[in-house]
Amino acid sequence: MSNNTGVKQISVNLGQIEKKPSTLKWVLMLIFPVCLFVITLFLGRYPVPPNEVFSILGQKLLRLPIETYWTDTVETVVVRVRLPRAIMAALVGAGLSMSGASFQGMFQNPLVSPFVLGVSAGASFGAALGLVLELPALGIQLMAFCFGLIAVAITYFTARIYKVTPILMLVLSGMVVSTFFQSMLSLIKFLADDDEKLPAITFWLMGSLGSVSLQDLAIAVLPILVSMTGLYLLRWRLNVLSMGDREARALGVNSELIKALIIVFTTIISSTAVAFCGIIGWVGQVIPHFCRMIVGPDHKVLIPATMLVGAGYLIMIDNLCRLLTATEIPLGILTAVIGAPVFAYLLRKTKGGWN
Amino acid sequence: MAVKLSIKDACFSYNDKEPVWENINLAVEEGECLCLLGPNGCGKTTLFNCITGNLPLKSGSIYVNQKNIHDFSVIELAKTIGIVFQEHTAPFPYTSLEVVRMGRTPHLGLLETPSKEDTELAYRIMEDLGIAHLAGKSYTHISGGERQLVLIARTLCQEPEIILFDEPTSHLDFKNQALVLRTIKKLSERGMTIVMTSHFPNHVWKVGTKVAMLGYQGMVAQGPVEQVMTEENLTRAYGINIKIHEASSGTGAIHFCEPDFM
Repeated sequence: MSNNTGVKQISVNLGQIEKKPSTLKWVLMLIFPVCLFVITLFLGRYPVPPNEVFSILGQKLLRLPIETYWTDTVETVVVRVRLPRAIMAALVGAGLSMSGASFQGMFQNPLVSPFVLGVSAGASFGAALGLVLELPALGIQLMAFCFGLIAVAITYFTARIYKVTPILMLVLSGMVVSTFFQSMLSLIKFLADDDEKLPAITFWLMGSLGSVSLQDLAIAVLPILVSMTGLYLLRWRLNVLSMGDREARALGVNSELIKALIIVFTTIISSTAVAFCGIIGWVGQVIPHFCRMIVGPDHKVLIPATMLVGAGYLIMIDNLCRLLTATEIPLGILTAVIGAPVFAYLLRKTKGGWN
Repeated sequence: MAVKLSIKDACFSYNDKEPVWENINLAVEEGECLCLLGPNGCGKTTLFNCITGNLPLKSGSIYVNQKNIHDFSVIELAKTIGIVFQEHTAPFPYTSLEVVRMGRTPHLGLLETPSKEDTELAYRIMEDLGIAHLAGKSYTHISGGERQLVLIARTLCQEPEIILFDEPTSHLDFKNQALVLRTIKKLSERGMTIVMTSHFPNHVWKVGTKVAMLGYQGMVAQGPVEQVMTEENLTRAYGINIKIHEASSGTGAIHFCEPDFM
């Protein structure tokens, strides 16, 4: 074949045919989270002038020789409250969006969420159990994380037949496992004491970044970043996997291995996110859909795009949670209140996103 | 000529009792185009799936380049055998070029993405098959026949030694059938080793150099097209009287057959 085809010069611009997103798009997608991140540090009920924010960051992060001219309170607000919160929002937003995009590719369905295998149901149950058992904060987080992993493991091994895990089996057993853990969660709520524990469980499940500390961040950053890197590196294989298992195998892809790796990475991200921030719905569904409109369906560019846009989006929503009303609105409520109509709009606009 | 693909004493069964077929022996030499012909439900697709390694044989073995297919890794097999599946729509509107480029996967490392050279190769192959105009179009927005040609281009992008086609012309209209068959013929003439399943006997005369005819009771006949494509064999394979007609055209005799349904 090649002796016939190899000589001719290609007369067209392949970049144009490939519909690669323009540099401008990338720059805008990068500016979106970065700007929001910086703005977040100025915003809040406690006024901090921008120059103080920059001076504090310069001294603390870059170790610049700046003399302290601000109060301790200001420093605490910026370094211990706003900074970890903004970083966590960016990490979780990026992680959930990448997980959503990966699952949508793997499940060959643009409407799937990262929670489809039961991770959120499992983690919610774990957290509620931790709250009822009066564990310390770290214990609750660990319970949530572990039960998230356990739920997905049950789903995976239920779906595995004859050494393969068909997509349909995964979705169905995910539904079964989710329902089971949701019922167990209801049982715990039913048995929990009405005055203290039931409201604590309810608020916890609504999701919030309000209590994120530097220590939390220190624990969460590694698993999320490692898993995000994993998903990023596998992004091209997602294109092949989205053509179906049979074709992926014919193209030399060990589809079972790739599927298992993607499930492991997304589960670590989702479990960590739920453990530290509660249930944050809709981000993992809306952002990949939105990004597909901007950069097209190729996962090679879609995955990095969801990372940037997802990070910015969650920082933005978290700011609204903090600033919209006198008392903070739980994050999970706003992501859904904003996410659901946006998703409905996108669905109508893309007519289901299939074509 | 070297034998590229051979099947020895193969038997397959879905339920361990009744075999779908047994005692199947086949050999495909380099550059041959073997048509696997037979009625619906005779086990063509099952045999096809065994050759692709997607179904395990009950007994017997399949060799590719004299090596048992069970000894191939997924990547090795994809570099040796390319499979053109029946066209179907994809969940995401990738460009056709993107779909063709997926054929490079077995040549890429686990974490690699295709290079500029891979993209150029994909485009050249599309040009060569006369479908360069589809490169920028969504794979989900082109016709079934065009999708089939894109899938053929993708398979060529794998640079395999053997190409397997599964019913490449089913649910295509006349023009698209002709386009796909012409492409298969072109590949065959260039020396590609081809195995294709079909339930249109007429296509065997168009592209086949060899034919294996499966019936409900196993292999009816196999060998060169002229020897196997007889009224008697076709009638036996399909279980209905079949008449072969001959017509002459500028380039030589054309054969076609029709069931006697009156």
